Amino acid sequence: MDHVEQVRLLERFSNKSTSGTLHLTATHLIFVESNNTATTILHHHIASVEKLSLTTSGCPLVIQCRNFRVVHFVVQRERDCHDIYSSLLRLLRPVSYDELYAFSYNPKQNEQQREEGWQLIDLGAEFERMGVPCDRWQLTDVNRDYKICETYPRDLYVPITASKPIIVGSSKFRSKGRFPVLTYFYQEKKAAVCRCSQPLSGFSARCLEDESMLQAISKANHNSRFVYVMDTRPKLNAMANRAAGKGYENEDNYSNIRFQFVGIENIHVMRTSLQKLLEVVGSRFLSVNDYLLGLESCGWLRHVKAVVDAAIFLTKAVTVEGASVLVHCSDGWDRTAQVCSLGALLMDPYYRTIKGFMVLIEKDWISFGHKFADRCDQLDGDPKEVSPVFTQFLECVWQLTEQFPQAFEFSEWLLLQIHEHVHSCQYGNFLANNQRRREELQLGDRTHSLWAFLLREQQNYLNPAYCPTYADTHPVLEPSTLPCHFKFWRNMYHQFDRSMHPRQSVLKNVLTLKESNCQLEDTIKDLETVSTCIKSNFICHIQMVSRYPVLTTSACLAFPTDPVLTTSRTVEGSSGTERKESYSDLQGTYGAKAEPAVVSLEFGVARMTC
Amino acid sequence: MEFSEHIKTANVEDVVLRRPFHPPMQGTLCVTGHHLLFSNRDGDSSRLVLLLLRNIDAIEKRPSVSSGTITLKCKDLCVLQLDIPGMEECLNIARSIEYLSSLDIVSDMYPFFYRPLKLSLQDQWGLSSPEQNYAQMEELQDRWRLSHVNKDYSVCPSYPPAVIVPHSIDDETLVKVAKFRQGGRFPVLCYYHRKNGMVIMRSSQPLTGANRKRCREDELLLQAVIDGSGLGYIIDTRSNQQAQQARMTGGGFESKSSYSCWKRLHRQLERGKVLQESLIKLVEACGDHSHSVDRWLSKLENSKWLSHVHTALATAGLLAECVERDGHSVLVHGSEGTDATLLVSSLAQLILDPNTRTLDGFLGLLEREWLLAGHPFQHRCAHSAYSHARLRLEAPVFVLLLDCVWQLARQFPLAMGFSEPLLLRLAREVYASDYGTFLCNSDQERCAAGVKERTHCLFQFLLKPSEREHYSNPLYEPTELAIWPSIQPQSLQLWRGLFLRWTQHAVHLEKAQEELRNLVIECRGAS
Repeated sequence: MDHVEQVRLLERFSNKSTSGTLHLTATHLIFVESNNTATTILHHHIASVEKLSLTTSGCPLVIQCRNFRVVHFVVQRERDCHDIYSSLLRLLRPVSYDELYAFSYNPKQNEQQREEGWQLIDLGAEFERMGVPCDRWQLTDVNRDYKICETYPRDLYVPITASKPIIVGSSKFRSKGRFPVLTYFYQEKKAAVCRCSQPLSGFSARCLEDESMLQAISKANHNSRFVYVMDTRPKLNAMANRAAGKGYENEDNYSNIRFQFVGIENIHVMRTSLQKLLEVVGSRFLSVNDYLLGLESCGWLRHVKAVVDAAIFLTKAVTVEGASVLVHCSDGWDRTAQVCSLGALLMDPYYRTIKGFMVLIEKDWISFGHKFADRCDQLDGDPKEVSPVFTQFLECVWQLTEQFPQAFEFSEWLLLQIHEHVHSCQYGNFLANNQRRREELQLGDRTHSLWAFLLREQQNYLNPAYCPTYADTHPVLEPSTLPCHFKFWRNMYHQFDRSMHPRQSVLKNVLTLKESNCQLEDTIKDLETVSTCIKSNFICHIQMVSRYPVLTTSACLAFPTDPVLTTSRTVEGSSGTERKESYSDLQGTYGAKAEPAVVSLEFGVARMTC
Repeated sequence: MEFSEHIKTANVEDVVLRRPFHPPMQGTLCVTGHHLLFSNRDGDSSRLVLLLLRNIDAIEKRPSVSSGTITLKCKDLCVLQLDIPGMEECLNIARSIEYLSSLDIVSDMYPFFYRPLKLSLQDQWGLSSPEQNYAQMEELQDRWRLSHVNKDYSVCPSYPPAVIVPHSIDDETLVKVAKFRQGGRFPVLCYYHRKNGMVIMRSSQPLTGANRKRCREDELLLQAVIDGSGLGYIIDTRSNQQAQQARMTGGGFESKSSYSCWKRLHRQLERGKVLQESLIKLVEACGDHSHSVDRWLSKLENSKWLSHVHTALATAGLLAECVERDGHSVLVHGSEGTDATLLVSSLAQLILDPNTRTLDGFLGLLEREWLLAGHPFQHRCAHSAYSHARLRLEAPVFVLLLDCVWQLARQFPLAMGFSEPLLLRLAREVYASDYGTFLCNSDQERCAAGVKERTHCLFQFLLKPSEREHYSNPLYEPTELAIWPSIQPQSLQLWRGLFLRWTQHAVHLEKAQEELRNLVIECRGAS
């Protein structure tokens, strides 16, 4: 079975529906409406398929996606519905990496371009940019063969005074061998941000090498006599871990530390919280009060704020006090990654550029072994390992971009696009759980890099309000921690619910204006060169004419340029056709359709009609 | 000036002024009849802070032995603090502020004293008259006429001298209908939908009372409205139950038996005290600087402000949908027809009518639907969210309108010819102003007080070239389409520009907005 006809697609928040044909390919589910617009869903994006009980109009099939798209089909014949359902179930659960889309995805690129894509980001160069190695920090080769810690990258930076025995000893005393290493160096104060996992301290165990390790970190910074140790877990969780022979640093044993809990909840709490949030905002006739109560009771924004608060604490310790900080949680790949990367984003303007942001993710998330495969459920695995930790990080970044509209080179579209592809398994970057595994899979040879794709069309992700000189006056961002600054991210969690979006976008419009202006300037320049050549009078006239069409196209909100450009400029994922459709909606054919009588009014869906 | 008897201490030196976004400033404080004047001479440069006393909503004083502190909470939601040396001076000043900030007599208010050099009292007052409005709408003139039955305000004191009614209804009938409607507010036309000839009418509730009184003329008038189209809708801005209860106090609703061609839809919009308390709670929540997200969300929910925004937009959408999609005329009223009624009818017009979305058109809409239509501004805006005074007739209906318009503008950022600063300016001016526009409760009162001869008109001022630029939306691209807002709770937002204006981070946002604005103007200018 490859397609089913007469399938209806119900709109999520209104009574509208469209009918069309449903196609299943090896990688995608495609719904083609009678007017030939298509909705395309990558199998990897599908989180769950549910067959509801038969109704008079047919058999409902509800598909929930990891990019927060929810589609509701009604298939006429139950048999067809069951066929789709069971095919999807089979396609949904890849058991080996080889089955993932990245290995078959072929974007018409030659081998050289593909290779160059993988060379765009060089973490060695990034550490050099920070000023490492230096007289206090050095590159160590202890993990060259992933022997000390298989979830860490090969290249690690440690204090010069940390000898190999200290490193090895310390790693044995840390969960999964994840010993303290450098992740960010704040050159101005020579203060370091280090990361690790929890110590295996239990109730009383200690490890001299580990203590020496922290001593070495402390000694590498002359600004401060002590190192902050941030345990990003709630105190209770950390204490419970002691019973399992893990735990946290005892201040009596580490003479040079200041220990601090910051209380971010674990992956299970976050998973449940987001699920609750999605349930709340997914209900169809939601009242304002239930919405606000739901936002409160799901706790999501509280958790987001906790992460931002932790990053602010880290930033203040480093930039104001000039102290070095060691950050850890349990395994040091979830909360630790969040706090370290968000802190670096606050401290260093470079990470607020498009390229810098990619470097940041590559460093703190990919190379340090955030378990993307497990957290994003890339292969059929343990559902308890799935958690929206990275999504939450992207949301924290978004909250910051809302507070500092001029500080970031990128707009939320970049965040949405990254989120899309973390789950799409279309590019190699986020596959598997750690660098070692990625090397085994030879991703560099067999797949494409997302960063290359994003950089190629980076003009789509630019924030028009970005002000490069903002970094001069605000090198370190100091976000407000007032709760009223934490907002629901509609464009993420409702990115496919078109009816909910503003029907016109300032961002899009300003970008177009800016772009057409650049084009104009180019045209004018060209014309000026021409005019100096021919010295003719009617050049002015040509200029006028050449300006006009550009303006009108932007005026009616249609993008004048090629489809590749328009595709990604939407919060609605990567389907170009869908975008066009959304604008035809805006242009308004709506009034022509027969409407139900007032009693069953459809009002409440943003759109424009003539 | 007679104010002087209320000013015991006019000048104090060495006062410290603390206000948001500025470091504390030391200088001289001076109280005049209408202003607090604070000046500081710092070397060569001298700075002046001028505060309209009318803007002060609440004053808290903490005198101590040798000095005192006065906290001023303003109607524009700004909070200032003055540290005044000398207990007696402090008390005197506080007393002056208390008295002068709550003057009751209209002709004592500042607009009657405001005489800027650039404006002349001979300038036109107001943007348009009912006659001009009528003359502009040629399409409706064969079925609708302009009636001057209210020319001396005797039929309905809160209506303008001229109103638009069905052609077939003579003035005599109107007088009888007026007696059957609360406050004499008989049904009048407020919007004509060019596309299908349908109209929006507004009125107050019919005075049917407990024994279901009828009024033949009222029924005739409404019949004349839907003449030919067969059906009309009445949107009652009260719940069914409230409408039933209103009969006990002499009010009521249009019953099915007497108005067989009209279908009633009830949508409960809050008004009066409930709305005022909602604003108070919201402002309190925004000023709460605790760091708990849960507490913030629960306070925001508890204020119910966003629910009111939601209901207003939803009802306006329903109204617009009746007219545009269903193709029927609509009568909208609540009880008095001076608050929720105007809110809903003006929002529906913004949704449907592109002409009301330009800067001129929007101010024209406000003039027609709020000033001339008799929204009692003086009663509703006597106090804002900080006042400790006992609530009487205050209600932030107009602020709610501005919030709803802001939501519309946020969802359709290119469709409005005016910008957020305009809405913010109006939100400020409606409570305390140099201009006479929002004084009094009706056109009649404004005429009697000589507002149009002796004060300047805010709307005229906002349309001057210098101001116009600031209040226009650079992204504006006129569209003929109706703009249907999304009313999902996720689509509504707290109006930060107004309610969180004075928090530290507003500065970043304002700067970014300004920058964007300049960018757009620059781009547009280049092309």
